[in-house]
Amino acid sequence: MEVSSLPISASHRAKLISAGYISISSLSSISPAHLARDLGISENEATGILKVASQRGGPERTIPSHHSIVDGAQTAWDMLHEEESCRRITTSCADLDDILGGGISCKEVTEIGGVPGIGKTQLGIQLAINVQIPLEYGGLAGKAVYIDTEGSFMVERVQQVAEACIKDMQEYDSFLRKDLPARQVNLQANDFLANIYYFRICSYTEQIAVINYLEKFISEHKDIKVVIVDSITFHFRQDFDDMALRTRLLGGMALKLMKLAKKFTLAVILLNQVTTKYSGGSFQLTLALGDSWSHACTNRIILYWNGNGRYAHIDKSPSIRSASAPYAVTGRGIRNLASNCKRVKLILRARLAHDEHICRSLI
Amino acid sequence: MANKLISEMGLPKSIANIFAARNIHTAKDALSLTEFELTELLDVGLAEVTTAVSSISEISCPPYQTALSLLEQRMHNEYLAGHLPTRLKGLDAALCGGIPFGVITELVGPAGIGKTQFCLKLSLLASLPSSHGGLDGHVIYVDTESKFSSRRMIEIGVNSFPEIFQIEGMAQQMAGRILVLQPTTPTEFSECLQKIKDSLLQHHMKLLVIDSMAALVSGDGQGQCRQHPLGWHMTFIKSLAEFSRIPVVVTNQVRSHSGDDPFHYSFQDSRQNLDFPTTFDSHLVAALGIPWAHAVSIRLVLESKSGQRFIKLAKSSMSPPVAFTFAISASGISLLHDDGIEMTGPEINGICGQGNSGLFD
Repeated sequence: MEVSSLPISASHRAKLISAGYISISSLSSISPAHLARDLGISENEATGILKVASQRGGPERTIPSHHSIVDGAQTAWDMLHEEESCRRITTSCADLDDILGGGISCKEVTEIGGVPGIGKTQLGIQLAINVQIPLEYGGLAGKAVYIDTEGSFMVERVQQVAEACIKDMQEYDSFLRKDLPARQVNLQANDFLANIYYFRICSYTEQIAVINYLEKFISEHKDIKVVIVDSITFHFRQDFDDMALRTRLLGGMALKLMKLAKKFTLAVILLNQVTTKYSGGSFQLTLALGDSWSHACTNRIILYWNGNGRYAHIDKSPSIRSASAPYAVTGRGIRNLASNCKRVKLILRARLAHDEHICRSLI
Repeated sequence: MANKLISEMGLPKSIANIFAARNIHTAKDALSLTEFELTELLDVGLAEVTTAVSSISEISCPPYQTALSLLEQRMHNEYLAGHLPTRLKGLDAALCGGIPFGVITELVGPAGIGKTQFCLKLSLLASLPSSHGGLDGHVIYVDTESKFSSRRMIEIGVNSFPEIFQIEGMAQQMAGRILVLQPTTPTEFSECLQKIKDSLLQHHMKLLVIDSMAALVSGDGQGQCRQHPLGWHMTFIKSLAEFSRIPVVVTNQVRSHSGDDPFHYSFQDSRQNLDFPTTFDSHLVAALGIPWAHAVSIRLVLESKSGQRFIKLAKSSMSPPVAFTFAISASGISLLHDDGIEMTGPEINGICGQGNSGLFD
């Protein structure tokens, strides 16, 4: 590996090259004092450079690491265990959960896009509530961060969805424990509201600032299990003359969000708008922000109208098969298109899946 | 927030000086460059740049609130937790109280359906004293098509609120609170918006009505045009609504649906897809395009079908898709039934343009 690719300041790099240190291996066995003398810099600076170089060493390192052949790598087997122990956030719609393999997965970035009025914000609000469902009901007992760039977060609606969720939990309780005295669900809608951290963003600078700040925020507020950005597009859509800059900024944002998802094991949900694209001789709908952005997210779900119903289609996912499922937006939030009796079945299913998993992990 | 000066952020002197030397003065300048670019530009190590960027981000990030404190704040500070009641019972119930503050509400429909009538009534409602359910404030009415009729507005007032308007001088006071601006060119319109922003900060403006948005904008940004011609206005009006927490009502025109309008995605098999635009015997869509449709928070579609006029709640994050029948009378718009008809499917977004039988039924 070359010294020119190290993330150090330009003047240090120039000094290294003019002193003859072109590859990183040439820095591997040198002392800071020696380097400082050679380059004419302070010993502290030399130590800094050597530290950066050793982090980038890669497979040329001669020091054997303890666990794995390449430091920092994880075996696929370990990752499989991790994935299975990761809970998923239910969407409250059984059909949608089915095609998603149980719900929105934590540790990944999921992009959800659709035409105006299809229910993106509704799904965002539903997930912000569902992440808070207590563990005994199959939820994650986590908190949510809601980053609102368009002002579509209506508090009254969040209250409605929270109240409906509590009713569902009570029904599930009475259904499952019909022989036992009814256990009161000790939650109020306001408790759900208190666990949603709301940021209102008014420009793309603020959007970048909040995503940079999230790392510190989430380490200070434990239990945050989902970050919802509604929508990622709005401020990047107009008054951007420099498209190359836009692509770079979006790429940077996507990387930071992926890092957040992985580091804190949370789900990142990005809501996107639609635009038109000319392909195959006609105009088609496609998600906004361009082709380079479409590579940035791990999973992509498109919400669309088909006939008289709303459907969700999994457009891109490394592990889930491409499929579509119908859903409905009701007074209680996102629900199945079918009748009411499925509602309780859905929560039961989540509970059984969790129990099944517990049994499996004990084997 | 974006224009916060780096010099005032309290960063360590050395790094602050380097930023200034490279002409990076505001948070916006700093955050528009990736960290790698900054190490190149400023000639400092990556670790230092990362620390500086995270401090800048933390300082320029707007403060957070829990959803609960948001709700409590609104219930405490604002009239009806942030809603302007329209006096149309069914509509107000569906909208959780009325036209919401802080977001754009759009009225779209074919010509002559009653959009301006609705706007006149809303202006009146906002100017009423709070004892009668009004916002007790001034209204700015931007009239781009010269449709504002003060005579009609007084007529609506006299017929809807006779007890107020019969008092000596009340009509003058109410009408005196409504300020009408009539720009005739897109440039004047932009200037109007700037003036509105300035006066919002000083006076008790409680409602902004723009009738109509489409009149002064050429084209609607479909397909080829990457930068929406309305882009600046959209974000400006949205932020105006947001920081002043007032309701903003905008009317929009319709245009005929051309064969180029896209309705499906690449993964949808166009054979299976029902050609639904033609099944609602209409060929009208809202003007101003998809980006505008994303920017508004509430969309009310007014249309007329088989002799009946409907007002439909096509896009609203807090209401189910319902339609109400309405009629226009001497006292403005009134609903014929307060129970809405729930509509399923994308039909709620369609605009039917069958002929209207005159303005007054």
